[in-house]
Amino acid sequence: MHANLTPTCHEKKIVPDPMKFLLVEDSVDLANAIASRMRQDGHVIDHAEKLEDAADFVATGEYDLILLDINLPDGDGRRFLERHRATDLDTPVIILTARSEVSDRIGSLDLGADDYVTKPFDHAELEARCRAVLRRKSGNAKTSIKIGGVVFDPVAGHLTVGGKAVTMRNRELRLLELFLNAPGQIFSKNKLADRLFSYDEDVSENAIEVYIGRLRKHLAPSELRITTLRGLGYRLDHDG
Amino acid sequence: MTDSFAVSGSLRNRLMLTLIGGAAVLALLLFFVVRNYAVQVAQEGQDNILAASATSILDAASIRDGEVELDMPYSAFSMLSTSADDRVFYAVLQDGEFLSGYEELAFTNSQVFQTDQMRGSDVRKISASRTLIGANRRTELQIVLAQTQDALSETLDRISQNAALLGIGFFTLAVALSFWATSSTIGQLGKLTTSVTRRGPQDLSPFTKPVPREMAPLVISLNSLMGRLDQSLSQSEDFIAEAAHRVRTPLATVRSYAEATLQRVDKEENREAMRSMVKAIDESSRAAGQLLDHAMITFRADHLERHEIDLVDLVADLVQRMTPIADMKDLSLSLLGDPSVPYSGDPVLIQNGVRNLIDNAMKYGPAESVIEITVSARPKPQIMVCDRGSGFPTNEIETLTSRFQRGANEKDTIGSGLGLTIARDVAMAHGGGIDLENKPEGGACVTLSL
Repeated sequence: MHANLTPTCHEKKIVPDPMKFLLVEDSVDLANAIASRMRQDGHVIDHAEKLEDAADFVATGEYDLILLDINLPDGDGRRFLERHRATDLDTPVIILTARSEVSDRIGSLDLGADDYVTKPFDHAELEARCRAVLRRKSGNAKTSIKIGGVVFDPVAGHLTVGGKAVTMRNRELRLLELFLNAPGQIFSKNKLADRLFSYDEDVSENAIEVYIGRLRKHLAPSELRITTLRGLGYRLDHDG
Repeated sequence: MTDSFAVSGSLRNRLMLTLIGGAAVLALLLFFVVRNYAVQVAQEGQDNILAASATSILDAASIRDGEVELDMPYSAFSMLSTSADDRVFYAVLQDGEFLSGYEELAFTNSQVFQTDQMRGSDVRKISASRTLIGANRRTELQIVLAQTQDALSETLDRISQNAALLGIGFFTLAVALSFWATSSTIGQLGKLTTSVTRRGPQDLSPFTKPVPREMAPLVISLNSLMGRLDQSLSQSEDFIAEAAHRVRTPLATVRSYAEATLQRVDKEENREAMRSMVKAIDESSRAAGQLLDHAMITFRADHLERHEIDLVDLVADLVQRMTPIADMKDLSLSLLGDPSVPYSGDPVLIQNGVRNLIDNAMKYGPAESVIEITVSARPKPQIMVCDRGSGFPTNEIETLTSRFQRGANEKDTIGSGLGLTIARDVAMAHGGGIDLENKPEGGACVTLSL
């Protein structure tokens, strides 16, 4: 029998500090869209519409990552980047650009941006780039999730089960992260497919089953189980 | 280029004709003036001697015992002697009656010089008279003296020759000078032309080198034309950037909302609608991006900004940047080949071309496969990108590189044809090309050689 999701289960899960982002973007609509999407993933996000506001935010708060637009009403985002780098702050910066990569790419990276994303972007890509940048900057352990004999660091992409390191593919990692962020929640196959595959890929239902099967194998030594609910989808349960 | 405007005449020829024609007229004029003056001087000389000779003959006459006595003085003839042995004729008349000498020499009144014919030769003749007064009589003694003009015409020939030489010399010098003047004047135009031609297509700075005053208006209007061109070029670059920004930002908003909504919606038909929406946005933004890239590459290909680069470093950068996307599809990018391939080329273009090839490979490569990127220096600096997909359809390899061509067996992947076109344009701008092939063990390989 599988235990239901109870408060005792929650106590056993060690949730990492949320990641704190600063989004500098003059389009309020786009900023809201990005912010709401990131909050769904449990991140904290502050929004600055202007370079001036961004400077205030940076002066008063500490951020894990800055997402910076280039065309801003009170100046060029790259000038902000230059000033930011000059002040010894090594907060990673990812540029959100709407321009052609041919003309802008070299300039942005030379000024100290860690990466850039061209609008419009796939949210999964943005997340992957954020992680890659954070991984390069520091492999800090505060991002680890510990539950039921499993230690999982989504930023570093590390999983240890029963003290043993497990090598996983990227999609397996993301699948695990989805489950770990919402234990007890039921995920339909389609929902999982949308999170694991890009929209231009043809995904068969079988593909999801393959990944679920692999994940089950990895988690076998732990107290975590992936339960199949016929016609509904999958759920992560904690054998208590 | 020459057929786009009409050529009318030549400044050089016009200038040369004017200068040489002027010199010819001046030379002829010089010749005739010098010769005429010389003729005049020589004639005056002969005339003076003839007059002196006639006077000395008349002086020798006297009246003795009522008779006129004339003893021709030797000096009167010796002073007439010339190098050409000119003959001298004389006639002495008393009161109009012929006394002695050559009768055909007619006396004309008073001291007048005349040119006449005598015995088949040109002669110069003078008539002179003297009134002799004796004890009881008064008589008029008249003399006509003539001399042939052989020596004179010899002198004149010599003078004409010299004058002609002088004229020819002047003409030659003038022609040489006009050649020099013409080419140094036209040369200024030539210099300006060369400095316009030698400029890079992107160099629209004004001309600052000094030019002759007459050419200043030309340079001023050239500079103002280039100023306007420069302005409109940078305006259109700004315009493209601004247009891209205006289009992509709202697209990004829509996409982000659609994705966020997709996370919350459970009903499958709503989810399908959201998915189609995201797909359509991706397709349009990718096509717009590639068209923009293609336009930029076509623009940059005309004037490559070559830098000394290491192709391996360049591709390694790119691989690092693309790894997060490859990871998401469980593809791995593996960089193989030479440890260092130095090359002089446009890094932005090359990176863009290779990025398009890797993009394609990621689209066609099956999940959990490897995409191999091989950078090698021989036989030519080249970058080969191979996937483990189904390869190119064999009947379409030829036509695949042409613009907008898409493989028929991958209908659902977004515009990969333009990606190959971009890669080909980048390669061709560097004097190379792209080669497509299918590996025997399966998978497509695209080689971009420079």
